[in-house]
Amino acid sequence: MSPLQACLLFSSALFSLGLIAVLVRSNAILVLLGVELMLNAANLNFIAFWRYGPAPAEGHGVVFVVFALAVAAAEAAVGLALVIALHRHQRNVRLGDARRLHG
Amino acid sequence: MIALAAIALGTLAAAAVALALRDLIHSALLLIASWVGIAAFYLWAGAEFIAFAQVLIYVGAISMVVLFAVLLTRPPTAPATPVRSGRTVPGFLAGGAVLGLLAGAVLSSPLPAGMGAAPAFGVRELGLKLLGPHAGALLATGALLTVALLGAVVLAAGRGKEDAP
Repeated sequence: MSPLQACLLFSSALFSLGLIAVLVRSNAILVLLGVELMLNAANLNFIAFWRYGPAPAEGHGVVFVVFALAVAAAEAAVGLALVIALHRHQRNVRLGDARRLHG
Repeated sequence: MIALAAIALGTLAAAAVALALRDLIHSALLLIASWVGIAAFYLWAGAEFIAFAQVLIYVGAISMVVLFAVLLTRPPTAPATPVRSGRTVPGFLAGGAVLGLLAGAVLSSPLPAGMGAAPAFGVRELGLKLLGPHAGALLATGALLTVALLGAVVLAAGRGKEDAP
């Protein structure tokens, strides 16, 4: 198994863990953390393909990961603000209880 | 390869245990450990700047925001019985299917083999790239961050007395 394949298997396992957390858990914060794990797995793929790809001196993978990290920070802030708004409306953060659509 | 295996095992174990625990504080702390593992992977792969950015953003900032959210939304009394979502078996089936599909695709694809030398792409080259050809994207990212943080403040602050339950 080449190093690139090992990196890709690592990120696939991380992505699947995040997917299972999103599908199984019913706490909004843990669902958000699962999404973060999937995003991190995508970043791992960018770095792996940059490291073993055809033109590493260009650095496209690294530049992409820099922007992905910035967007991930924005996503975490907005997601946790949504969690706090959800808690203010229904006094818990269980996603199964969030059935009201009106504000 | 041994270092990579150790990093991967540590990261995956921390993430798996974190997402299985019921206590959210323990989950958040273990997820911080798995983010440190991901930063170690970046260091192993030769992307030092990304590793330090990962430590600053995830281990430093996002973990604090997550811990604040956990503490702010913690129920006053401990829940009597754990809430079953009823999606455990389908969720694990879907996740396992995705993992099998991805692993099969990775292992059967003709990928470039061999361990090349670490590419010479340091902080200096990254800065030149960011402020040269990608300067517009950098400005757009700054605007996105500003708007997202303002939106987060508006969402979390609410609209006053309308929100009384």
